[in-house]
Amino acid sequence: MFEKALTGSKRYWTWIFVLLAVIGAGFLAYLKQYEYGLGLTGMSRDVSWGFYIGQFTFMVGIAASGVMLVLPYYLHHYKKFGRLVILGEFLAISAVIMCMLFIFVDLGQPKRVMNVMLHPTLNSVMFWDMVVLMGYLALNVIIGWTVLGSERKGTPPPGWVKPLIYLSIAWAPSIHTVTAFLYAGLPGRHFWLSAIMAARFLSSAFASGPALLIILALIIRKLTKFDPGKEAIQSLGKIVTYFMLTSVFFLGLEFFTAFYSNIPSHMASFKYLYAGLDGHNQLVPLMWISTILAVVSIVLLINPKFRENEKILAMASVAVFFSLWIDKGFGLVIGGFIPNMFEGVTEYWPTQPEMMISMGVWAIGLLVLTVLYKIAISVKEEVEL
Amino acid sequence: MSIDRRVFLKIAGLTTALGLGGSTLINGLKKRGLEASELPIAGKQGGLTAKRWGMVVDMSKFRNEHDIQRVIDACHNIHNVPFFKNPKHEVKWIWTDTFNHTFPGMESEFMQDGLEEMPFLMLCNHCLHPACVRVCPTQATFKRKDGIVMMDMHRCIGCRFCMAACPFGARSFNWRDPRGKDEDGRPFIRKLNPEYPTRMKGVVEKCTFCTERLAKGLQPACAEESNGGLVFGDLEDPGSELREILRTHYTVRRKQELGTQPSVYYVIGGNDNV
Repeated sequence: MFEKALTGSKRYWTWIFVLLAVIGAGFLAYLKQYEYGLGLTGMSRDVSWGFYIGQFTFMVGIAASGVMLVLPYYLHHYKKFGRLVILGEFLAISAVIMCMLFIFVDLGQPKRVMNVMLHPTLNSVMFWDMVVLMGYLALNVIIGWTVLGSERKGTPPPGWVKPLIYLSIAWAPSIHTVTAFLYAGLPGRHFWLSAIMAARFLSSAFASGPALLIILALIIRKLTKFDPGKEAIQSLGKIVTYFMLTSVFFLGLEFFTAFYSNIPSHMASFKYLYAGLDGHNQLVPLMWISTILAVVSIVLLINPKFRENEKILAMASVAVFFSLWIDKGFGLVIGGFIPNMFEGVTEYWPTQPEMMISMGVWAIGLLVLTVLYKIAISVKEEVEL
Repeated sequence: MSIDRRVFLKIAGLTTALGLGGSTLINGLKKRGLEASELPIAGKQGGLTAKRWGMVVDMSKFRNEHDIQRVIDACHNIHNVPFFKNPKHEVKWIWTDTFNHTFPGMESEFMQDGLEEMPFLMLCNHCLHPACVRVCPTQATFKRKDGIVMMDMHRCIGCRFCMAACPFGARSFNWRDPRGKDEDGRPFIRKLNPEYPTRMKGVVEKCTFCTERLAKGLQPACAEESNGGLVFGDLEDPGSELREILRTHYTVRRKQELGTQPSVYYVIGGNDNV
């Protein structure tokens, strides 16, 4: 099937080469970081994780959200998702690849990455995160590729793939739960030490992932002869609506606990993010943009009249995506490090090379996504036309 | 027997994947020599040993800034701790801060005169239940039988999970190459001690309670230079000087409520000296 990715329109190839150019620029920036050390980034002794780990965390959510298509389709036989489900699985593949790359570029000694497997450490959540991410990647590659191959031949998928699909449904929440546990079990990081961290992660994932899928489905309908289906997109819109509401609700719970209890250490990070702390307020504008986007998206999504209009649904999806991207890809990680362990404030902002490297990883993800979607859509066009 | 294109591509792909990570994997799976965590704790002749090493920081014994700086220098000089001008890249094994920053949550609205300004010495607490050891994905940081939380600099992958986990800010990452030079051409390690290893960029480091000195029968460098301000000893030995101080003084530990059980205790009443 891979040959489908090797033939395409001029527009397809232009896009591929644009991505390759961004990847090249990112790679050059990475070489510089490799030579100089991670001091090239904006990270510090106090804010020891930054944009890379934030992006990693956000992308785990995008990867996990594939289950929002797989579950209704395979467990509830919701046939309307039949045309979309492969797009969800392939999105998960590219998202997991990005997760792994964001971890890799964050390592101080990347050459030693195999140590995680050579010295398996069962008490480290990071070890388990690696296990669940690799497993999830393998499951989606095997399932997506096999089901698409059968579709092309016009045969039902082989029987052995069904148990794997059921396994992948259970596996998807695990990747984001374990990722939340990276944060939620650390003593002294009050912002992260929250029992609903995994629940927050899952709800924001199931809003941002399907929102991205709506945008992707609409782009695909515009650029190709393949139509993912109006009803399927509307169903995704409902999923985004419910989970965006849940996500904002969970954030509200965090606020209540911190501010009604009035415990200073529990309020400090929230104060830093939304109002500034001791005169430091670099992230405040970003967090308020996230808040405004969240409110706007909910207003647009909650009213069925708005949501049923695909143009408005698209705008709402963009708002959801960027609201949660800021909240999780930036505020959540940085906020946990501010104030620091001595109740001082060291601020963080990514540097230019750091952004270039991140853009490079994004471009690799988009390249994988483009190639996989090209294959899937070519097969579907071939079968249908 | 013929191999079709699909099969060939599969085999080629697998071989490449093995080649990329495979050589390290295979080398690692071979039974290698000693692990750092299995190294004998005492030296061949007369090393100091204990069931659980601990320390008391007696603030009353530090008379001026000079007393404190001497302790810090003693540690940083012998351990080749690099000096980075940029505070974001700072590496420190032992350092000072105010009462409020050392003991967050213990500050009061009305405090004893002079207490807020006192420079409290901080170092790794060598906790009984260290969060850093719990989270490390490679066991590059581990707990020795004598209670010391130790680092294997050759195993650390630089993921900095331990820095997120340590509630005491005791860990420093080498954001730049500590063996390099600053923009003015000055080496980050001001005066190299050839008897102690330097680190490479991209690994985490911290206080080790001077394991290399204990093995030779010597006290940690900071304790030796402290004129009795830092008392080092065995927390499990009821007859030790350390336990005698803990029996006769009111002491506190940093962030005790987190349950990591720090092995460093503080005697605070020293306001009339510093």
